[in-house]
Amino acid sequence: MSPRDLDRAPRSIGADTEGGVSRRAFLTASAAVGGGVMLNFSIPAFAQREGSAPEAAATLNAYIRIAPNGETFIVAKNPEIGQGVKTSFPMIVAEELDVAWKDVRAEDAEVDPKRYGAQFAGGSLSIPMNYEILRRTGAAARLMLVTAAARTWKVPVEECETADGVVYHKGKNKQATYGQLADEAARVPPPNPMTVKLKDPKDFKIIGQPIGGVDSPRIVRGEPIFGIDVSVPGMKYAVYEKSPVYNGKFVSANLDELRAMPGIRGVYVIKGNVTELDAGLYNGLTDGVAIVADKWHQANRALSKLQAKWDNGETGTRSTEGFVAKAAELAKGDYEKEIKKEGDVDEALKGAAKVVEARYEYPFVNHCALEPMNTTASLKNGRLEIWSPTQMPGGGKTAVSKAFGIPEDKITLHVTRSGAGFGRRLSNDFMMEAVAIAKEHGEPVKLVRNRRQDMQSGVFRVGGFHHLKAGLDAQGKLIALRNHFVTFSNSGKVAGSGNLNATEFPQGYVQNIDYGLSMIPLDVPTGPMRAPQSNTVAFVYQSFIDELAHAAGKDPLQFQLDLLGPPKQPVVNKGPFGEQVGFNNARMAGVLKAVAERSGWGKKLPKGTGMGLACYFSHQGYFAEVVQATVNPKTGDVKVDKVWVAGDVGRQIVNPSAGSNQVEGSAIDGVSQALAQVLTFTNGAVNQTNFHDYPLLRMHQAPKVDVHFVITENNTTGLGEPALPPVVPALTNAIFAATGKRVRTLPINPAELKSA
Amino acid sequence: MSYTINVNGKPRTVEVEADTPLLWVLRDELELKGSKFGCGMGLCGACTVHINGNPTRSCVTPISAVGEAQVTTIEGIGENPTGKKVQDAWLALDVMQCGYCQAGQIMSATALLNRTAKPTDKDIDDAMSGNICRCATYTRIRAAIKQAAGLPTEDTREMA
Repeated sequence: MSPRDLDRAPRSIGADTEGGVSRRAFLTASAAVGGGVMLNFSIPAFAQREGSAPEAAATLNAYIRIAPNGETFIVAKNPEIGQGVKTSFPMIVAEELDVAWKDVRAEDAEVDPKRYGAQFAGGSLSIPMNYEILRRTGAAARLMLVTAAARTWKVPVEECETADGVVYHKGKNKQATYGQLADEAARVPPPNPMTVKLKDPKDFKIIGQPIGGVDSPRIVRGEPIFGIDVSVPGMKYAVYEKSPVYNGKFVSANLDELRAMPGIRGVYVIKGNVTELDAGLYNGLTDGVAIVADKWHQANRALSKLQAKWDNGETGTRSTEGFVAKAAELAKGDYEKEIKKEGDVDEALKGAAKVVEARYEYPFVNHCALEPMNTTASLKNGRLEIWSPTQMPGGGKTAVSKAFGIPEDKITLHVTRSGAGFGRRLSNDFMMEAVAIAKEHGEPVKLVRNRRQDMQSGVFRVGGFHHLKAGLDAQGKLIALRNHFVTFSNSGKVAGSGNLNATEFPQGYVQNIDYGLSMIPLDVPTGPMRAPQSNTVAFVYQSFIDELAHAAGKDPLQFQLDLLGPPKQPVVNKGPFGEQVGFNNARMAGVLKAVAERSGWGKKLPKGTGMGLACYFSHQGYFAEVVQATVNPKTGDVKVDKVWVAGDVGRQIVNPSAGSNQVEGSAIDGVSQALAQVLTFTNGAVNQTNFHDYPLLRMHQAPKVDVHFVITENNTTGLGEPALPPVVPALTNAIFAATGKRVRTLPINPAELKSA
Repeated sequence: MSYTINVNGKPRTVEVEADTPLLWVLRDELELKGSKFGCGMGLCGACTVHINGNPTRSCVTPISAVGEAQVTTIEGIGENPTGKKVQDAWLALDVMQCGYCQAGQIMSATALLNRTAKPTDKDIDDAMSGNICRCATYTRIRAAIKQAAGLPTEDTREMA
């Protein structure tokens, strides 16, 4: 899978998962070690249907083990980064298996694509890619247990019932637990999982219940379950210092001075291997100084004494000021590359009753996962063992294998719980560094970045500049929209997550469209961050649509509903994750109306307080949000009072507790970005180093959040990302409502909002 | 240097340099990995422990400054009746997303409730604003603190 696919995923997955699944699905059963039954269920992934590329033809499967005492072990195959997959995957299997949740034990999976297919945490794809597969897995296993009981009792399968891990035959007054039946069930020929009967959702007992995270009891006790907590025998600790400028070449350093410091076991210069920056996920290794010590603090202390010289080349000349100037220069001319052209924008603008122009800008930002990037690696006798909090284990394993010439079958990768990811851990540069150091040093090492390194050595959310021009007719209807988007390039290609879709709304809803882009050379890794691309484009487009509503003299809600128009049949295409259902305007109108109602949209507010509205479709989710904000006239400080969220992710919220937690977090995350987050570059290096100069939102600033799910008869899709994009423009639109001042540059600058 | 410090009610002796932060003594010498490294500058609160009951950022507290004080970590906080209530409330309200910051949050919350049994929203803001939750579980942290205090869990902060 390419990183581009992750950017596209939001728009492309979901579709109908009932039809078209290959008949090649199969289930295998065997006796489990220590008693019970082990079930391996494999079906070609929904995305990977007949006719798709062979490299995509991996299988997905799930794994169930039932012990004689009824304990049911269910593997959650995807990395847990706080999105709740370790709980929700077993919930789905357990529902159809018909066991009591108290008997379920969630298990982590090894990284094994042959057994589990795609294993990653990205694109809000875990639920849409696996919901039906996991249900069928549970249902097939249940049927095997029932069949075992029916054979023993010599009754028809259809006369048996199940509940909470017990099979019953009421007529004969028989019952047996799954634990008792497991050995026999393992001998039952596995049924075709695609034809097993699934529960009627109204009979769900686990799916749809608010169930607490399975790791949470261990977390409140402080048990060591994160990557940074890994400890292996004989392990040393390492830090790795690179140039503050991406891919700066090592020249010289005071290495001997560091070697003499307490606890230092080795100081090495490691040469990088990056020649060209791939536009997207970043698995590169660049020049650096590795410091290995008995304890991490000793390595970090030595690091504070490091004086290194780097050759930073062309990248070392770049700065935020330079980017802004270059964008202004590019904006004066035509765009370099057309993205989408329909109708005739110039002609339409000539006849427009009103023309609105605006320039929007947003900065680079950092994911700032609170657990710093880290990995533990041990290389012994040609076998490599890795423990890593990664979102993309398969990609990491392959990158390490290629870079160090170790065959993948000689690499064992243990995926630990991640102290959040937000897309940062889809790149495995830190894994590459840990392996390079372990190889150089010859003992197992745990590499942990300090916060400064984590802040400056990122795979950043890319900045950008949009130059918009729109025409309204005499009735205030949008008739033309042009966008000259100035983005960044890496190795000549659009930088990771720095694109603009040809189908970006309101394309398809406005007759005359002209989108195009120009690029500023960057040569610093950028990539997906929670709702990649959407998290910036939503700000631009939804703010501009609010501007247009005001220019048209219309209520922003009514303007959005008018723009969406009457329900249209969504387009269905084939794409990297299977059949793709395109934008459905009726679902968007549905969430807009819901959020307006819940927030009391249109109500009278005191002076200095305003409500803003925005909506966005990403990751197959439809979200409309209203923000109420109050601006202090003297200081311009913005207080976000409350966020109302209405979301439509289909017919089922798998775990309403984790689901609403994701939405609350996304809303506050977006507010945090909009209020204060910005990375700037000077001489090619990021200036910010820690949370004093890159402030994250704190308790006293956190708004109230009202979460409402609009349930519709559409397939169930993911919740990790789509609630974020609309909150940013909802906030900036609220500021306009409160002050009459339009925020067109992020982060929000209070100095520009003062009115007294 | 040899230091003997009191951690979760037991004396523990370690051989470390005087400037070694308490956090790294706990994590790497004593294998108490519940206290987390987030920033190394006392900015995020993930490393919060109690020193004589006061919430303290262990990443900026050198071992040489600990002396005879009682250090309590997340691993020991369940022994404190308030700490146990806070842990239970965290589970009951399913506060966690990634969970990385939550040890520090629980330590700060427990210290608050030991000091102020029935905190206001303002008390919560003041006591908890040193702890960053990158997943932004703040609404649930606020509610869980109130639940642990036996208060209604609604957010009562005024808004226009």
